Amino acid sequence: MSLKRAQELPDAGIITEAGNAVDFKTGDWRTYVPQFHEENCIHCMFCWIYCPDSAIDVDTSGDKPQMKGILLDHCKGCGICATECPPAAKGKAALVMVREEK
Amino acid sequence: MAAPMVEIRWHARGGQGAKTAAMFVAQAVLAKGKYGQGFPEYGPERRGAPMRGFTRIADEPIRRHCGVENPAIVIVLDPTLLDSPAAGVTAGTDGDTVFLVNTSLPPAEIREKLGVPGAKVYTVDATQIALDSFGKPIPNMPMTGALLAATPIMELGEMKEAMQKKFSEKFSQAVVDGNLRAVEKAFNEVVSE
Amino acid sequence: MTRTVNQELTALSGNEAVAYAFKQARPHVASAFPITPQTEMMHKFADFVANGESSAEMILVESEHSAMSAAVGSAASGARTITATSSAGFALMWEIVYIAASLRLPIQMALVNRALSGNINIHCDHSDSMGGRDAGWIHHFCENAQEAYDAGLINFRIGEHMDVRLPAMVNYDGFIISHKEDALYMLDDEAAYDFVGPYKHKYTLLDPANPVTVGPLDLTDYYFEHKYSQLEAYPRVFDVAQEVFDEYADLTGRRYGFYEEYKLDDADLVMVILGSSAGTAKDVVDEYREKGVKIGLLKLRMFRPFPADQLKSVLSGRQAIAVLDRSASFGGWGGPVFTEIRSALYGTADQAPLHNWIYGLGGRDFELGHAAEVIDALQKIASGGEVPTLNLLGCRA
Repeated sequence: MSLKRAQELPDAGIITEAGNAVDFKTGDWRTYVPQFHEENCIHCMFCWIYCPDSAIDVDTSGDKPQMKGILLDHCKGCGICATECPPAAKGKAALVMVREEK
Repeated sequence: MAAPMVEIRWHARGGQGAKTAAMFVAQAVLAKGKYGQGFPEYGPERRGAPMRGFTRIADEPIRRHCGVENPAIVIVLDPTLLDSPAAGVTAGTDGDTVFLVNTSLPPAEIREKLGVPGAKVYTVDATQIALDSFGKPIPNMPMTGALLAATPIMELGEMKEAMQKKFSEKFSQAVVDGNLRAVEKAFNEVVSE
Repeated sequence: MTRTVNQELTALSGNEAVAYAFKQARPHVASAFPITPQTEMMHKFADFVANGESSAEMILVESEHSAMSAAVGSAASGARTITATSSAGFALMWEIVYIAASLRLPIQMALVNRALSGNINIHCDHSDSMGGRDAGWIHHFCENAQEAYDAGLINFRIGEHMDVRLPAMVNYDGFIISHKEDALYMLDDEAAYDFVGPYKHKYTLLDPANPVTVGPLDLTDYYFEHKYSQLEAYPRVFDVAQEVFDEYADLTGRRYGFYEEYKLDDADLVMVILGSSAGTAKDVVDEYREKGVKIGLLKLRMFRPFPADQLKSVLSGRQAIAVLDRSASFGGWGGPVFTEIRSALYGTADQAPLHNWIYGLGGRDFELGHAAEVIDALQKIASGGEVPTLNLLGCRA
C-alpha cells in the first residue's frame, strides 16, 4: 500500500470522503462464515442491524429492503448475524455458520 | 510642555470604597482630555482589612504599571490607619507630598501624628459628611470632592457630571444625589491652615 | 497619527476592553468557566449577550476542560468561537488546548495571566501561558488595556486567515491590566466588525453535502505527516500578521509588530521584556537615557510563533542583553523567554552576553527600581564586570 505525502493530505487529519469504510477491505480471514439460505429469510433486517461491520448486502430499491446475501469483503465471521437470525417464521434460520476452508 | 504626572495613593479599609474612588477619578479626568489610571492593590478582600489604591493622572498616555511608591498626594480614608505602621501612610513621601485625611481633627494635629513637619495637610470629616448626606459611613466620594479643593485636577461641576454618568447606571437617583451633595459639601468644608 | 476612523478615548479595565473587542467581532459561540482574574471579562461579555448587544450562544460549562471542549466542538461546526481563562483554568484545559491547535480551529481566547499553584495565588505571572507555549496556539502579549483590545481584534484576523487556521490567545497581565482602569481608544462596533470581517470556515461538521470526519484515530502511518502540515502553518503566521498589523495601523494609527523597539536604534544595552512591565521599564529607560546611558528596550509581543529570524538581526551588535522572564522554568536553565532568545541568537557572529532575570512571580510588583537594577547590571557587564547569568529580581533572598 502506498501512503500519501504530508502535502497531499487535508489539514488536521480531516477525512473528507464520506463512507470510505467500504473501500477498506477487512474480510480476508475467518474461521466460520455465514451461509445464506434465502428460502428461510423473512427480510426482517435483524442481521443488518446487528452486523458490527457492513457485511450484509441489502437491496433498498423496492418498498421494503430485501436481504441479498453476505459481503465477504467485510465479514470477519463473528456469527452475530446467525445468532440474531429468527428461525421462528419458517422453522429454519436463514443464516447458518459453517467452517470456512480456503 | 506636558505637566508632570500626578500620582495619588489611597489608604483605606476594605468596604470604604477606596477602589471605586481610585478608579473613578482615573475615569473622570478623561473629560479634561487627560489620561487616567486607577487600580487597587488586591489582597484579602475582607471588610476592614487595610488596603491601598492608586490613581495616576497625566497629559500623556501612562506607561508605568507599578504601585505608586512616591505619591504627590496621599489620601487617607480611615484615620485609624495613621496609627498603624504597617499601613505605611508616609512611605515614599517627601516634603512636597500633600496629605488629605478623613478626620474631625485639625491639620496641625494630623501633621504631628504623621511626623511630617512642613508637609501640606488637608483634613475633612468625610465620614460625618457621608452620614449626613446619604446615611452610610462610606467616605470615598466626599474625599474625591475634598481632593479637588486640595489639587485642582478638574472643576467640581465636571466631577459631579462624571459621577452622575458613572453611578446612575448602578444606583438609584436618590443615592447618586446623596453622593453629589456629599462631594460638594466636602469640597467646601476641607481645610488646610 | 493617521486615523481614518473616529475613535473615542474611553476609560475601561483591561477585561472590559477585551470583552468589547470580542463582542465587536460578533462571535457565534462563547463557552467559559469563571476563574479570577478572568471572570470579569466573560461577565462583561455575558452582559452583552443578555442585553441583546451580542447574539452569541453562551455555553455555561462545569469546568475549563469542558469550556475548551465545547469551543472545539463549536469551532469544528464552523462557528466563530471565543473563550477565556486564567492559571489553573488553563491548566485544566490542557488536553483540549492541544486538540484545538491540532485540528486547526481558530478559537479565540483571552488568557488573563495568573500564577499557577502552589501555593494558591491569584496574581499575575506568565506561568500559565508559558506552560502552554508548545501547544500550537498563537500567543500575543500586551502591555496595557489598549494593546489587549487591539490584539483582541487582530487575533481574529490572523487566526482565521485561510493560510493560518490556528487558535490564538491574547495574554494580558492579571489584575495589573485586567482590573486596572486605563484610558484607551476603541473603534465603534461597525468599524471593528468591518475590520474583522465575517467568519469563513474551511471544514464544517454541519454541511450534509460535504460531510467530514474530524479528529479520527491517527497512528504511526499518518500522525507525523499531519504534524508536518501543522508545523508548516507557523512560519506563514508572520506574513499574515504583518499584513493585518499594517491594515490595522492604516485604520487606527496604532502600529504593532512581533515586537516593539523602544530607543533601540543606537542602544548598546538592551532589556527584553513582555507584558505590562514593559511600560514601567520604558519610564526607567528614559531616565537612564537622560543620564546618557545607551539603553533600549525590546518588548516582545508575539511569543508564539517565535520571531527568531527577526530578533536575530535586531539584537545583533549590542554590548549586553538582559532578558526578563515573569515565569520560572523549574529545573530548566533560565526562564522560557531567555532560553528561546538565547537559542535564536546562538551562532550569530557578534552575539552580546545574555543574562536572565526572573521577576514578578505571583504578582510581585515590578517597580521602577527593579528596572534600574537590571540596567545597572547591564552597564557592569558591558564594562567587563562579573554578573551571574541567571538572576532573581525583587525576591528577598
